[in-house]
Amino acid sequence: MKDENEASDAAVDPRRRAFMGVAAGVTAAVVAPGVLLHAVAAAPRSEAVTDDVRWGLLIDTAKCVDGCSACVAACDRENGLDLQSKPEGQSPLKWDSQRAAWIRKVKLQDNQTGRVTTLPMMCQHCEHPPCVDVCPTGASFKRADGIVMVDRHLCIGCRYCMMACPYKARSFIHEEMHGQLTAVPRGKGCVESCNLCVHRRDFGEESTACVDACAAEGHHAIMFGDLKDPASPISQLLKEMPSRQIREDLSLNTGVRYSGV
Amino acid sequence: MATAVLRASLVAVGLVWTLAVQTVQAEDVKRYVVEGSRAAGLESCVEPTERMRRQHMEFIKHQRIATVHEGIRTEKYSLSGCVDCHISYDQERVPRPINDPDQFCGACHAFAAIDLNCFDCHAAVPNGARLDATAIAAHRAAGVGPLVQSRRDGEDR
Ligand code: SF4
Ligand code: SF4
Repeated sequence: MKDENEASDAAVDPRRRAFMGVAAGVTAAVVAPGVLLHAVAAAPRSEAVTDDVRWGLLIDTAKCVDGCSACVAACDRENGLDLQSKPEGQSPLKWDSQRAAWIRKVKLQDNQTGRVTTLPMMCQHCEHPPCVDVCPTGASFKRADGIVMVDRHLCIGCRYCMMACPYKARSFIHEEMHGQLTAVPRGKGCVESCNLCVHRRDFGEESTACVDACAAEGHHAIMFGDLKDPASPISQLLKEMPSRQIREDLSLNTGVRYSGV
Repeated sequence: MATAVLRASLVAVGLVWTLAVQTVQAEDVKRYVVEGSRAAGLESCVEPTERMRRQHMEFIKHQRIATVHEGIRTEKYSLSGCVDCHISYDQERVPRPINDPDQFCGACHAFAAIDLNCFDCHAAVPNGARLDATAIAAHRAAGVGPLVQSRRDGEDR
């Protein structure tokens, strides 16, 4: 099954290419044995995103390895989360609970059978996001392509969205920041969460940092793609493999799906 | 009579002051364009200098909506564009944060007593490509770790 996925990754899907518009000459993802390198963008986006696509992730928990946190580390690096430092005098415990994290590794145990499952948990990019519903300023919003994110220019740091999110996906920046990345602005007093590597999306790249890292480790547990395109590898796999939304009872229609849970 | 003299001298002071500011700005602008950058090859910035001086804040404010909400990354106006072309470097080729009180953004904002916080969140030096872990460690060891201090424009460290 792995080979099949790699093969379909290498093909350039016509709809996706059309969507990219200006990104003429987009190179297909290069597949080396066990390593999926993301394609480097040809051109940045010049037209507004549309709802012709809906970005999402499919996480195969059977392939996710206990003790591995490559996706978390890659996310931290990609999005400058590793630039945070513990305020002087704060207890490690408090720091651990307060530092911004876009992905958490979660371990589930079935107490009756003892079966342990691990999975990465990030913003689920809900179709009907409660964080957006409660935001008093319009800072929390859903982009046309399904990415839920925060406009920091508007966020007042009230943290209602953190309360509303059923997935504990959001973080608040408590301290002044130093050395921010150009692509990922960040400052004290705003809320943030996984944005599906939105800078990569806008520059026409093929995947997210977590997907690349997981593939580089040889696990291939995370797949990124367009949920609206029936021909995309992620849609094909969703069609084939049983998967579910976490807390599907809330009817949020999440963009991140899990199989094996 | 006394009032007239006072008024005249005030006007004179005002004129000298305005001229001085413009001279300083002209010199500074020249100093603040990075050699070989996009701006270095242009007559003026993305708009005529006069418009840029008065309206740059409007330009980037509209741009931010297009970028954050619509994902458009090719707009003419860009805050990171300001940084790319107008950053300056010290002797060790370390970029100076652009909002420092003697730098391109910071100098004017400090002079005009404008209190902004763009660079509380945005990178104040060109910081696109990430340094790798060894480079970061080396920078930390050399004591130049946090190159960019987040603080309001024109504020001293
Ligand atoms: S997972 Fe949480 S932060 Fe993400 S869209 Fe849903 S409610 Fe909002
Ligand atoms: S913290 Fe910011 S994004 Fe969250 S609800 Fe408040 S204003 Fe909206």
